[in-house]
Amino acid sequence: MSAPPVDVLSVPAVDRRFRLQWEAAQNAHVLLYPEGMVKLNGSAGEILKRCDGKATIADITADLEKCFAAQGLLGDVIAFITMAVEKKWVVVRS
Amino acid sequence: MIRPGPPLWLLLELTYRCPLHCVFCYNPTNFARIKDELDTAHWLRVLNEARALGAVQLGLSGGEPLVRDDLEVIVAEAHRLGFYINLITSGVGLTEERIAALKSAGLDHIQLSFQDSSQKMNDFLSSTRTFDLKSKVAALIKKYDYPMVLNVVLHRMNIDHVEEILRMADGMGAEYVELANTQYYGWAWHNRAQLMPSREQVERAEAVTRRFRERGGRPMQIFFVVPDYYERRPKPCMNGLGSIFLTVTPDGTALPCHAARMLPGLEFPNVRTSSIDEVWYDSSGFNHFRGDEWMKEPCRSCPEKVRDFGGCRCQAYLMTGDAANADPVCDLSPHHHLVTEAVALAGRPPADTALVFRSPQNSAALFP
Repeated sequence: MSAPPVDVLSVPAVDRRFRLQWEAAQNAHVLLYPEGMVKLNGSAGEILKRCDGKATIADITADLEKCFAAQGLLGDVIAFITMAVEKKWVVVRS
Repeated sequence: MIRPGPPLWLLLELTYRCPLHCVFCYNPTNFARIKDELDTAHWLRVLNEARALGAVQLGLSGGEPLVRDDLEVIVAEAHRLGFYINLITSGVGLTEERIAALKSAGLDHIQLSFQDSSQKMNDFLSSTRTFDLKSKVAALIKKYDYPMVLNVVLHRMNIDHVEEILRMADGMGAEYVELANTQYYGWAWHNRAQLMPSREQVERAEAVTRRFRERGGRPMQIFFVVPDYYERRPKPCMNGLGSIFLTVTPDGTALPCHAARMLPGLEFPNVRTSSIDEVWYDSSGFNHFRGDEWMKEPCRSCPEKVRDFGGCRCQAYLMTGDAANADPVCDLSPHHHLVTEAVALAGRPPADTALVFRSPQNSAALFP
């Protein structure tokens, strides 16, 4: 059972078995799951908090580029979401 | 000393009362002497203070936490504060009414313990008739859409059933299975000669687990917690005492690990009289084993001390009589022979010992 490839039109959502949350004490977003926690770096947190099951990868990239006055982030976003799908943090539909 | 980070992991042992009598329980063998459980208001204050420091993973355990009739109140407050809430239970007392109430209070996950894949052994090891009840609870956990972690403590008497245990977990739809080899504290320490599996048993169980992982089919994550007596390096116990883990026991005594109450010469604070901030940052009991000032050789000059922190303080104390010694699991420890001797005898319990079940009566008998 392999996940579909991630592209600009994929719509990612944080898997319902994980909870994404901002933790002020750690100054980071974290993913919480049974008896465990992943502390996310800044860019991972910014991408994941936009994975709401509605926005496409293109939408998410455009929003990030706007918020951080950056360009050319699409490759990084696709690479991260692909990794997050492998880790089962994220599910995507096309 | 560098100021430690926050206590990210908070474990509340809500009570030592338990309907089960498991022979491998890590609770202190003198628990019958420890009375005066904290009331609801105390627990809610602990939650608020710990969350303010940055605690985020919450375990609710015991004893059996379901014997507290304020469990739903505690869960609701923890949820309001933003904890991820894990209930660690035998399942006894988890009726459909309560599981529904806990769901609406915001409980995130249930870890259900089984003693074995067979009714006979499950019921013998817990000294109760609970196998059928646990099976029903497993179905309720699925019905209410909780992620399910099945936890089975392994030892000489059930480790040869690992394949059946994994099939049972798969059949119940578990997302995670913890095959947790017994760690020898509390009642398990008392029963160690009866519980320790032979090295061959451990190796067979690992091989079976490996094959099961490779079988394909429904995804189920299997954690095989290696019994540390069979290793050459100690576990990084609690990631170092006072580093991320804080437990509050039924009477309010706060500890840097489940078993630390036994360590002599240390004073542990009580949440009735200390705030969680004082407990974590200022108490001598929590500061004592932080850093490496306390270490002796061979740990002090060992390059691996940053990885394993000298192992487990409680194990060092239980086996060598001094909590500052290297964990004797380490083959650099001058006391390592105590471990290898125990392993050599494992699987052949002496005829003159018998299992002692965890019960208030046996606790009182051990500590009159």
